Amino acid sequence: MPPAPPPARADGFAGVRLHIVTGKGGTGKTTVAAALAVALANQGKRVLLAEVEGRQGISQTFDVPPLPTTETRVAGGANGGEVVGLAVDAKAALLEYLQLFYKLGRAGGVLEKFGAIDFATTIAPGVRDLLLIGRIYEASRRRLDNKHLRGSAPEDLAYDAIVLDAPPTGRIPRFLSVGEEVADLARMGPIHSQAGSITEVLHSGATRVHVVTLLEEMPVQETIDAVAELREMGMPVGAVVINQVRAWEEFEVAADLDENDRATGFTIHRPALADPLSPTELAEDLRSVGLDLPTGTAEALLAQVRDHTERVDLEVEQLAVLKDLGQPLVSVPFLVDGVDLNAVTEIAQILTSEGMVP
Amino acid sequence: MARTPRLDLDALLADRHTRIVVCCGSGGVGKTTTAAALALRAAEQGRKVVVLTIDPARRLAQSLGLTELDNVPRPVAGLADAAVPGGHLDAMMLDMKRTFDEVVLAHSTPEAAEQILANPFYQAVSSSFAGTQEYMAMEKLGQLRARADREGTWDLIVVDTPPSRSALDFLDAPKRLGSFLDGRFIRLIAAPARAGGRAGLKFLNVGIGLVSKTLTTVLGGEMLRDVQTFVNALDTMFGGFRERADLTYALLKQGGTAFVVVAAPERDALREAGYFVSRLQAEGMPLAGVVVNRMQPAPAPGLTAARARAAAEQLAEAGRPKAAAALTVHAAMADVAARHRNLVRRFTAGHPAIPVVEVASLAQDVHDVDGLREVGRRLAG
Repeated sequence: MPPAPPPARADGFAGVRLHIVTGKGGTGKTTVAAALAVALANQGKRVLLAEVEGRQGISQTFDVPPLPTTETRVAGGANGGEVVGLAVDAKAALLEYLQLFYKLGRAGGVLEKFGAIDFATTIAPGVRDLLLIGRIYEASRRRLDNKHLRGSAPEDLAYDAIVLDAPPTGRIPRFLSVGEEVADLARMGPIHSQAGSITEVLHSGATRVHVVTLLEEMPVQETIDAVAELREMGMPVGAVVINQVRAWEEFEVAADLDENDRATGFTIHRPALADPLSPTELAEDLRSVGLDLPTGTAEALLAQVRDHTERVDLEVEQLAVLKDLGQPLVSVPFLVDGVDLNAVTEIAQILTSEGMVP
Repeated sequence: MARTPRLDLDALLADRHTRIVVCCGSGGVGKTTTAAALALRAAEQGRKVVVLTIDPARRLAQSLGLTELDNVPRPVAGLADAAVPGGHLDAMMLDMKRTFDEVVLAHSTPEAAEQILANPFYQAVSSSFAGTQEYMAMEKLGQLRARADREGTWDLIVVDTPPSRSALDFLDAPKRLGSFLDGRFIRLIAAPARAGGRAGLKFLNVGIGLVSKTLTTVLGGEMLRDVQTFVNALDTMFGGFRERADLTYALLKQGGTAFVVVAAPERDALREAGYFVSRLQAEGMPLAGVVVNRMQPAPAPGLTAARARAAAEQLAEAGRPKAAAALTVHAAMADVAARHRNLVRRFTAGHPAIPVVEVASLAQDVHDVDGLREVGRRLAG
């Protein structure tokens, strides 16, 4: 295999309508997905932000009441843009689907009574995932007048962009290949053709899968595995979003930067190593500014610096591994105050300046 | 306000009545590492332990000597020299498909088993059915426990749980499967002609006809036939399936089992931990307490972030950049530590009677038995 080209800066993903955001559990993919939706809405776009895991992550992130199974506006953006939230529910999607394509209003109730709906949404292999993705597909093809797109003319679409807070990296390949899997099981009939259309959209140039990670070993390894699997499936991989980068800019001393770092806008900051500084010297310095602290404090502070430096060095190491992937890298700093609605707005601005949106 | 009781994991592991420890929690909180570290600690304290991991990170698996997913417990080397004699540690990774195949083989005739294993619908269910992993984790736990009772191989089983989509899927999945197998839908699917053809209530007949027609329209006849073959072939083992799931569920409720909920000091992870705690209590499951991993340590608690920042500025102006950097790092860490403390305080205020232990974060990832031992030390407090 030829060596991967150095990662370019994210180019804004101008022609992309469907952004699929995945990542290992605990990396902050829901926050990044929400921030990406806000960044797009701030460009005046109508954005659908959808979740499929029944966690109500969107309502919690935007601090609004739990979302119903229908599309609900959760935030406004600049220039008339808005974020519409949707917690996709497999059961509701199935009943809607039956109604929409088969006009089976009454059969829906009977199927429910016989446990067929439960069967389809919890036990039948792949059907649940297909319904979840199918619901997103339906929204992506809907026009403002509530009719559905025929052919491929992108006129008057209900949404300019869709951001999907997708299942975590461990489940994403299977989730996204469900179209093919189901098409194999149901070898003909409407489900077969529906599954085919979904697969086509997922593999098109209008889709990107972004992977959120931390600069830690396990999430980075999962990112590498997921990117490899997605590529093998022929899925278009977008940016690798590095969340919670600990190297704050306030530590002025930067590690050596090469041109790649500059190209990706990536700067690793490392505190000025307190190595040659002895505890006695530090204690003296502290006293010189009026900090007379208990014995042992200087040692504790120096140990803390060493710990932090070790962590930053680990981040540098992991960053090098991610660079080899050859995907655009986007970095989001560690936010000391944790994640609230303000943080989402802040991260949206960072994503914009990092080239995640046009 | 009453002080939150501290979760004493050493006492839990030392108690010979503790036979099963279940670690549950949302993804990314260090659940697998916690399970492995507890198992190692118990083994070094003289217990005969097996740890069942679900989906360990590659290096963690290597640290336990698990190089392949072969669904069999393997001894872990590298227990401390100072370990209490008599203890040993086995570890295994769950292979969901293989476990399912074993259940099929154990509960059907060879001919029926062959038919089931070759069925495309079975192959899809056994590797992808939402809940199979949870069900198979329970199945494997039941098997390990039976072997422990029969052969005395282990006196403690530590289980990691699958990274569930929602809280406690692993408790719900077997019940879901059971109610599905009991339900009339399965009977309908297994023999639609018979069910529909037999004289019965008229509206039921209409209903069945409608259901069959819809299924055929939506799924296509071929898939329906695959499903029917699968269901008919499995028919003989349904009892076995459900009975075993019920047994394992009952086992979890007994004394001798302890649930440990694992969390991290993040809003979402603690909210999830709250759900786990409520659900376990509602189900009458024995909850030992909550582990909060990845806490930012707070050395020099007397030096506030604000004071450190002000002093750092002065020192930078005075040409002492190294001292300034040390204080800047401290200020940032102190802020994070304060946020973590607040999050945990809010959690304990909402769950005042639940024992909690806070575990300081490690600067490095865990790759070996020594790393696990260090995590175990921190878990013990």
